[in-house]
Amino acid sequence: MSATTATPPLTPDQRRRRPVRAGGGTRPGQRGAARWIIPLGPALFLLLAFFAGPILWTVWASFTNAALTGAQAAQTEFIGLANFERLLADPRFASATILTIVFLLGSGVVGQTVLGLTLALLLQNRHALVRGAVGVIVVGAWVVPEVVAGFVWYAFLEREGSLNAVLGFGGVESQNWLFTAPMLAVILANVWKGTAFSMMTYAAGLSEVPSDLKEAARVDGASGFQVLFHVVLPLIRRTIATTLLLVTLQTVQVFTLIYVMTSGGPGSRSTTLPLLMYEQALQLGDLGYGTAIALALLLVAGLFSLVYVRMLGTEAKR
Amino acid sequence: MSAVSQAPPSATGRRAGGRRTGSAITAPGRLASAGLVYLVLGVLALLFLVPSLWMVFAAFDTEPSLRATPPTSLTLAHFEAVLTPDIFYRPMWNGILICGGAAVVTVLASVLAAYPLSRYTLRFKRPFMYTVLFATGLPITAIMVPVYGMFVQANLLNSRAATMLFLAASTLPFGIWLMKNFIDGIPITLEEAAWVDGASAWQSLRLLVAPLLAPGIAVVGIFTLVMTWGNFFVPFILLTSPDKMPAAVRIFTFFGQYGSVRYGELAAYSLLYTLPVVALYIAVSRALGGKFSFGGAMKG
Repeated sequence: MSATTATPPLTPDQRRRRPVRAGGGTRPGQRGAARWIIPLGPALFLLLAFFAGPILWTVWASFTNAALTGAQAAQTEFIGLANFERLLADPRFASATILTIVFLLGSGVVGQTVLGLTLALLLQNRHALVRGAVGVIVVGAWVVPEVVAGFVWYAFLEREGSLNAVLGFGGVESQNWLFTAPMLAVILANVWKGTAFSMMTYAAGLSEVPSDLKEAARVDGASGFQVLFHVVLPLIRRTIATTLLLVTLQTVQVFTLIYVMTSGGPGSRSTTLPLLMYEQALQLGDLGYGTAIALALLLVAGLFSLVYVRMLGTEAKR
Repeated sequence: MSAVSQAPPSATGRRAGGRRTGSAITAPGRLASAGLVYLVLGVLALLFLVPSLWMVFAAFDTEPSLRATPPTSLTLAHFEAVLTPDIFYRPMWNGILICGGAAVVTVLASVLAAYPLSRYTLRFKRPFMYTVLFATGLPITAIMVPVYGMFVQANLLNSRAATMLFLAASTLPFGIWLMKNFIDGIPITLEEAAWVDGASAWQSLRLLVAPLLAPGIAVVGIFTLVMTWGNFFVPFILLTSPDKMPAAVRIFTFFGQYGSVRYGELAAYSLLYTLPVVALYIAVSRALGGKFSFGGAMKG
């Protein structure tokens, strides 16, 4: 800003010439780097201090024995790949990785995508009243804070909860579903919580599919499902891939919902990578090992992202 | 349902009937399947509704349980029991400080950052925007352990201001992305006219762009509020003393202490904690003309 005021007033002649000389979109008064460094400053500071810093620290710390307490806390040493060797040998890590992938596939890829797409398709061209009512209910679940969603599903699946009351009519024995089927419980809860996002993005994608293409296919004798699979879905594949990407990144990091509902239990039957990371790094104080788990989490997310990008690439070539 | 039995969906029926009404072209639009569609929609809506019914019922029930049964007699006693400084008012105030601060910081930083990114031709613009997009999707949970380590070393642990700044940083990438789209939508010709008249970049940003950007500012601000208000993990890890905890964490400790017995109070607290987010969400969807989807933000 000081650069602005320091500039001497321009003569009319300069004023006319300046934008032309500097190329489109350049301001009078501000020269060089100051015109973007000053306004970008606060954002750059926040991003570097709280994003880039921790990420670099993650990579570094995963090669050390950084710890919260004890001798290692005072003197952090470089231990090479020891954390990763320990990771690969740790049966709990293997089970957490599998559970994370099960959670991701069950709730993110299959549950939210199928349900979200189904809802978006069914709601398309419905009466505004129907769309509004169903939309409010589904989006309501999405807006509710994660902790509250955890409580709600805890209450729903507990031994004294509503599900047993409903299933009691069918003669199913009362049980604490959080205990007998912890993964199914958290997957259902996450589908409930997350479907609205997929529904909204798919609804936006579907609204851009030209209706004359669908009409043409129907005139040619295609059934509803044929139109869906051969016309509509290929047209919104970009939306599908992007949504899957965002849902995956969102789903692998779910901590609160699982922590509130089962705290990773019983035993470690619902301990996904974020919960294992929390336990190792913050409860047991082993920061180095915890960050190695965090890197593994990023790796899982990255691998799935790669699949979607690939999917987009091969589809586009057709 | 009667429609279903009258006209069983067959391939020939679909083809023949396909031309009857305007909406009949779209796959599930025919009379035969319309009933089925409404049935499926109704069942799905019910499945989504039932779990949350418990919260509403138990909050007002004189004899609350974990079951979602309509209360036989109503009471406000659960709300009274929860509305104490220790359980409700202080955590809410902490939440307002932390999340409101994060919203203000995010809005200011993203307007300032998005403006040059939208208006200038900068060499690093494309890589910068891609980095921002990448950061938007970065799982925050994965960097919480290093952030915790950093907070311990920098002596920032248990500081509300530092937690607020971290939350602001975590929503900033999305804020910049949204804000740039909003500024891109403001015609540059207006500003060019101002520059010709001798206005500085700062003046045209403050006097011209900012007023036109009001919807964008509202959306980014409210979005940050909604995101941070519901965030449990970050304050749970970065704050340690109970008197600094926002409602997100306090309600969880309440659940841990009394959750298995005082259902009514838990439900009442959950309702009180959820309502501001719902109100803000309605406000943001109004601001966007009722079409709140990430479609625009995702296309980039």
